[in-house]
Amino acid sequence: MLEYKMPSLGADMESGFLREWRVKAGDKIRKGDIIAEVETQKGIVEIEVFDEGIIGELLVQADEQVPVGRTMATILTEEEAGKAATVPTKAAAPLIEKAVAPPHHIRASPLARRIASEKGIDIATIHGTGPDGAVTREDVEHAIAAQVAPPATMSEKPELSKEAAPARPEEKPVTPAIEVPPAAPKEPPKAPVASAETIRMAVAAAMSKSNREVPHYYLETKTDMQPALTWLTEANKQRPVKERLLPAVLLIKAVAKALSDVPDLNAWWENGLQRKESINVGYVVALRTGGIMVPTIHDADTKSLDEVMLALNDLIPRARALRLRSSELADSTITVTSLGEGGVETVYGVIYPPQVALVGFGGITEQPWTENGMLAVRPVLKITLAADHRASDGSTGSRFLTAIKNYLQQPDKL
Amino acid sequence: MTQEEIKQALLLRLKSIAPDTEPAQLQPDDNIRLTLGIDSFDYLQFIVALDDQFGIDTPEEDYSKIQTLKELTEYVEAKVKK
Repeated sequence: MLEYKMPSLGADMESGFLREWRVKAGDKIRKGDIIAEVETQKGIVEIEVFDEGIIGELLVQADEQVPVGRTMATILTEEEAGKAATVPTKAAAPLIEKAVAPPHHIRASPLARRIASEKGIDIATIHGTGPDGAVTREDVEHAIAAQVAPPATMSEKPELSKEAAPARPEEKPVTPAIEVPPAAPKEPPKAPVASAETIRMAVAAAMSKSNREVPHYYLETKTDMQPALTWLTEANKQRPVKERLLPAVLLIKAVAKALSDVPDLNAWWENGLQRKESINVGYVVALRTGGIMVPTIHDADTKSLDEVMLALNDLIPRARALRLRSSELADSTITVTSLGEGGVETVYGVIYPPQVALVGFGGITEQPWTENGMLAVRPVLKITLAADHRASDGSTGSRFLTAIKNYLQQPDKL
Repeated sequence: MTQEEIKQALLLRLKSIAPDTEPAQLQPDDNIRLTLGIDSFDYLQFIVALDDQFGIDTPEEDYSKIQTLKELTEYVEAKVKK
């Protein structure tokens, strides 16, 4: 029997709120199946399993706060499940029933829950028109429209979770825009609804941990992007608009290939250096409302440029909508950030623990460039590496940056 | 299709690509990407949506010509008439 535990979805996560089980006891599961939806500071995350088997017991109920590492469910082998079916245990049965269908559990899509929660509407009061009476986004929007005026007790800002509170003790005196009367008849939301504020706190927690614990060293180089940009322009001319590539795809692929040459930087630092086999690149997506999300492009080294672009097309909108899967939040083995669009030339990043490196790309600017004794004007890109000095040294970092540079000189080989 | 209809369609598209922005507040000469904080990824999605909606083809070399709402509206109008 295996125990499925609440996964850690980042250095900043201490617990999550189970919002919905997608499986019930007795269901067969395969690697990669989504078994639950958990709400974190970074939105509602679909939780995947990495084992095969049959769901034994569900040990946590919807809307319960679950610390990282607590067992959420048991997973049985076929044989164990067969035995369990013939000898039903008295204790387990009611627990399963309770967990699968708690009396007040309302079927609703995660988005519907989030919108309702943001607007302070009790989802139980909304009539669902979806499958099996599930409350859909449209139902919630109708309910919002039907509300003549929001109750005066509704606070715009949800309460912060306990783990977030100590980091900002000065928050309390700030008076909210709407005064909350002392006798508020409605219950405040139990969980921190993901918002710009909770995401800011998640970033704050992870970056503080990094600066506290990780001895960073920084290296910088620059490269002539003319070959890469010329290649990209020609490649895009041949493509319909839907299949066009962005420069970021070349950068991500160059990093992934360079990591296969210098594997010491494709690692986590957890009780020592743990090299990772898969090269999973976390790509920083800036949210317009503030904060960042860093979804993972799995196995970026083996993906073609088109496949990396497809992955971005899938991940970026979901990252912005705060709808990522657990593996997309937790699997990155390195982070890439590209700040070029704002006109910045150089990025000195902060590593996202437990990773041991972060590559920063600035903007491409025209600069004087000398080569073979000749002076020319070229589109120049600055590449920086922030690396964990516990895990690697400058010579390793230097080999890695040089490898990225070399790959960008030969875009047709990416 | 009138210029005003094209403009309204563009604003709707921008809102659907970047729901957390206020395209309706764009002035004709505002740089769309800078004003709304739209990155190259969102902009590409926007061009894909435009090409779909208006049945036009926007080559990459034209991106620099369609940076403001006014430029973009006139660009789409000219392409649709062709």
